Amino acid sequence: MNPELRRRTPTLRAARVILAKDLRIELRTLQSLSAMLLFSLTTFVLFRYGLDRTSLEGSLASGVLLMTILFAAVLGIGRLFVAEREQGGFDAFALAPIDGSALFYAKVTAQLIYLAILEAFALPVFAVLFLSDWSGLGALTAVLALLNLGLALIGTIVSVMATNSRARDLLTPLLLLPLLVPLMISAASAAAPLLDADGPSFAEFPKWLALLGLYDLIFGLIGWAVFDYLIED
Amino acid sequence: MAAAEPTPPPALSIKALGRDFNEATVLRGVELELAAGGSLAILGPNGAGKTTLLRIIAGLLRPSRGSLSVLGAELPRGRWQLRGRVGMLGHAPLLYRELSGRENLRFAARLHGLKDDGEGPIEALLEQVGMSRRADLRVEEMSAGMVQRLSLCRALLPQPELLLADEPLSHLDPGARRELAPLLGPAPGRTRVIVSHDPSTAQTEPGMVLGLGANGSQAFYIDSGELDLTILETLYGGGPK
Repeated sequence: MNPELRRRTPTLRAARVILAKDLRIELRTLQSLSAMLLFSLTTFVLFRYGLDRTSLEGSLASGVLLMTILFAAVLGIGRLFVAEREQGGFDAFALAPIDGSALFYAKVTAQLIYLAILEAFALPVFAVLFLSDWSGLGALTAVLALLNLGLALIGTIVSVMATNSRARDLLTPLLLLPLLVPLMISAASAAAPLLDADGPSFAEFPKWLALLGLYDLIFGLIGWAVFDYLIED
Repeated sequence: MAAAEPTPPPALSIKALGRDFNEATVLRGVELELAAGGSLAILGPNGAGKTTLLRIIAGLLRPSRGSLSVLGAELPRGRWQLRGRVGMLGHAPLLYRELSGRENLRFAARLHGLKDDGEGPIEALLEQVGMSRRADLRVEEMSAGMVQRLSLCRALLPQPELLLADEPLSHLDPGARRELAPLLGPAPGRTRVIVSHDPSTAQTEPGMVLGLGANGSQAFYIDSGELDLTILETLYGGGPK
């Protein structure tokens, strides 16, 4: 058969198929989500009693929230390609008439969904435990949305790079955390004024949002360009 | 005068192929050519590099040396041309444990852009392997034999031009082997490469036979009709039991 006759499955359709498979498996096992939710709850409780504070504000509040989200995200990122690695999914994708970028889009979207669910749970818990003024929470969701995109993009790239290494559990955070430093600095700088005790301040908010967006864009382009090579043998 | 029919390109053309893993050479000097629609049985003792060769042919592994062309695609550079044209039945079933058999096949069908409704090839294949009524079990709840049947369905689903099978009947009882053997047999337009530990399979089927020695080197590449006990004894060092 002429190779042209075996048509490629359109990338977005293939990505939807892979995403639906991932979500179905996660709904059945709850391996990533349950760990992420439980981790965030436990961390907030530890901060509550470790800091011995019933109320947080400004940079301390944003630090507690964002660090908790970051480390909960690392748990999910570490499990992104477990099924592919252990059950031969990478071979199945390599044999199928699809672009490697379909796998990238699907994994980024899956991680975005997990992070959105995590924050839908963690943000109210954080507000109840630590915040006296909730008026900055609306704007905070914009910061979290851009942070999530960065975590998902960089997490997917790093996770697939580490997946075939025997030291992957060590390698993932070691590669991931340095790459996330600029993203976390931008997110913390954008979030801290929103959580001030005197009410949110928006003076530098657009600047930090633009920086977050730019960082996301850069890693989106990197992932799109190199992912096919990363999943080769 | 009618023009002579052009000779179709071989399905497989392998020259001086070798593969190393770190310091160890597991495959060396493999040379063969297989016509489109032909059958190739690969024999050899454990560790001879049979599975490695199969994965290189599938485009899943890069060779360290030599060149190969599969279905007209020069590998590894042209492996994108193979996508969707090769069915692989290997040691790993390539099935997700948490999904049912039917869900796994639907997933594979969608990836290949095939119809996955009740009238499509999935139900026909499940019927052929005797799994219609058990395909809603999760893969993690299935026996090794059931997983093997399902894995065969997955490999055949896209109607591959090249079927690569590594010990395809290994987990099956004799009845199931008889039942499934026709599915692995010759089919119009399909080239087959089958790795086996059972020389009798290679002897009874028409086609070519490649023997790989214990050090990964090519011991012979002959027609299955030429395969005899002396050759096998040399290959397996004392003969297969």
